Amino acid sequence: MSEALVQRDIPDAPAPGESYLTAETGLASWLLTTDHKRIALLYMAAITIFFFLGGAAAVAMRIELFTPQADLLSDDAYNRAFTFHGVVMVWFFLLPSIPNILGNFLLPLMIGAKDLAFPRLNLLSWYIFIIAGTLAIYTLLAGGVDTGWTFYTPLSTAFANGHVLAAAGAVFIAGFSTIATAVNFITTVHLLRAPGMRWFRLPLFVWAIYATSIVMVLATPVLAMVLLLIFAERAFDIPIFDPLRGGDPILFQHLFWFYSHPAVYIMVLPSFGVISELVACYARRRVFGYSFMVYAILWIALVGFLVWGHHMFVSGQSMLANLAFSFLSFVVAVPSAIKVFNWTATLYRGQIVFDAPMIYALGFIGLFTIGGLTGLFLASIPVDVHVTDTYFVVAHFHYIMVGGAVSALYGGLAFWWPKITGRLYPEGWARFGAVMMFFGFSFTFFPMFVMGFLGMPRRYHVYVPEFQVWHVLASAGAVVLAAAYLLPMGYFAWSLVWGRRAPANPWEATGLEWQTASPPPVENFVTPPVVTQAPYGYHPEDAGPPALDRAAHRPQGHQP
Amino acid sequence: MSDAAMPGAALRKPWRSLRRQREAAGFGLWVFLGSEVMFFACALTGYAVYRTLWSEDFAAAARETNVVYGTLNTAILLTSSLTMAAAAEGARAGLRRLTLACLAATIAFGLAFLVVKGFEYREDIEKHLVPGPGFALEAAAAQVFFAFYWLLTGVHALHMSIGLGVTGTLLWQAWRRRRPLRSPAFEAAGLYWHFVDIVWIFLYPLLYLAGRS
Repeated sequence: MSEALVQRDIPDAPAPGESYLTAETGLASWLLTTDHKRIALLYMAAITIFFFLGGAAAVAMRIELFTPQADLLSDDAYNRAFTFHGVVMVWFFLLPSIPNILGNFLLPLMIGAKDLAFPRLNLLSWYIFIIAGTLAIYTLLAGGVDTGWTFYTPLSTAFANGHVLAAAGAVFIAGFSTIATAVNFITTVHLLRAPGMRWFRLPLFVWAIYATSIVMVLATPVLAMVLLLIFAERAFDIPIFDPLRGGDPILFQHLFWFYSHPAVYIMVLPSFGVISELVACYARRRVFGYSFMVYAILWIALVGFLVWGHHMFVSGQSMLANLAFSFLSFVVAVPSAIKVFNWTATLYRGQIVFDAPMIYALGFIGLFTIGGLTGLFLASIPVDVHVTDTYFVVAHFHYIMVGGAVSALYGGLAFWWPKITGRLYPEGWARFGAVMMFFGFSFTFFPMFVMGFLGMPRRYHVYVPEFQVWHVLASAGAVVLAAAYLLPMGYFAWSLVWGRRAPANPWEATGLEWQTASPPPVENFVTPPVVTQAPYGYHPEDAGPPALDRAAHRPQGHQP
Repeated sequence: MSDAAMPGAALRKPWRSLRRQREAAGFGLWVFLGSEVMFFACALTGYAVYRTLWSEDFAAAARETNVVYGTLNTAILLTSSLTMAAAAEGARAGLRRLTLACLAATIAFGLAFLVVKGFEYREDIEKHLVPGPGFALEAAAAQVFFAFYWLLTGVHALHMSIGLGVTGTLLWQAWRRRRPLRSPAFEAAGLYWHFVDIVWIFLYPLLYLAGRS
């Protein structure tokens, strides 16, 4: 697509007053905007706040766990801390982060559209999200919830003394935002693709967001109904899961995990899209096996609905069900492995440069592989019975959801930062931050595999002294990890004022989002784009990249 | 859409063609209905599980519902679907009076449904069929049946009310000529209305006919 870039002669920066950032000014122009790019930034602001709040709860837990005794938090306060951490991080950070920030910003740009299909619905989703988030913060201020993010019955309906109704209400309301955004994305991908943008010319990020949206549309309502049932039982004493009156608490677990396992894929599928873009660009390679990457995404989205029972191996469900869910969990590992192998194959004979987004991407591949392989441990019933409700499980899902999804979020933010803001981030600091995140993360969570396998149960705030060494390691790593999360906020903010101005396509990447000015004009494209070839045209299809006449690498990107 | 005062509505921002723009409302609504199906499917799965576990109790409890009201409401709703379909087709064909009349009839049927439902709820409360202390039936899981009865019919009535609000808005807008009849909103509202009807088609046998065979 670099030829097209030359032919169409795109200005690097839009004329003043045309950039979406400066076309209108004033608070009202932001709060009432229907521009998907501005709404993405609204989401970024809100989600960053929730990330800090959820992170603060994690800090409290890691400080508490530094010693085997209870020093900082009482047992009840500890329960409330991990519940708040879970609820906020899952529903107000991980689920919305990549779809609502990067997806909102990039989806129309990548398919050559002027906006999402329903711009006002998009703004409405943000307001619903804010209402839900406010209610979630209220539950914290009012005293918190002590059930854990899973709201297991009968604890949540009959015994918990926290603000379960408010917390469930917050998650319920957030679901409307999720569904509205997903409907918007699906309709956009179907109806607003640029001329020539056939399905198999879509960038993998678009495919990932599309598959995620389908999962959101089909899974989120199940959670909504489950929460409604909890709500009815707790508020009006209507028996649904109450074993004393004929109810079955295990049914709650089935329904809850029918949502919550696909929710894991809502969190990690968008990361697959981001990583595919980053690996292709920084290896200067076409994505290896593009169509298999697409099928793998769709396969994960489908089979992700069929594996929920692996959360319930010790719940007393029948051995036949256990075996079926175990088998299906192994099946879902196949497309995940296809993705990892294809990213690796994309690197093969590539011209790899270790810019910050690429370091995040490589970190993602490593951490996701560890998280995925330990998922196979947990899919094997004998191992799972041994490590159920231990730190092994905690480590496993943090490797996927934090090591994976958060690495992808930070990598994606760095990669598209010039497009979003028109400024280049400082490369040296960014590389340092990316490396630090990988080590900080591994330092924090790898010890949890060890202590979990040795028998350290999750959700305990006091523990036997034998485990202290592992907890001290994890807490020390958490300090590094926290610094790695905060550092980009600093240098991103710095770049807004002092960063070098970015050209339209600083990384010489393919993709329509780079075929317009940085930052893009309000209408996204001055001339509506027409697509004539498959994505990732970094080199001719039947030849590798010319290894010898490679241009000198410029860490700060291509300067005109 | 409110600024589209005249037929031949303007092309709004993200769209390149009017045809696509029209298509979007219906398409988006179909996707949303997929979501709604899963919402009700979750509760119906719970119902199915408990009915399998406690089939005798569920049959006994289901005999306590008022099948007259339930049947009457089924008839009302099915008729309202007819008028709604006629309204959508009328709007598509540009027949203003037919559209207005059918929308008004749909709203009347919808309100009638809710009124009948209200009478039924009053009778249920008088018969102590609300789960909790003082519940009328002895059977252990009868309370579970009525938990689902109240929850499903309540959520359905909420959907009806939203449908009534949407239909009322469309009627008012069409009446005041604020919305051209070509707007895809009529068809979209019709889709939603039919969906709410279909939910009732499932609820009626599960809640009223179970145990009466």
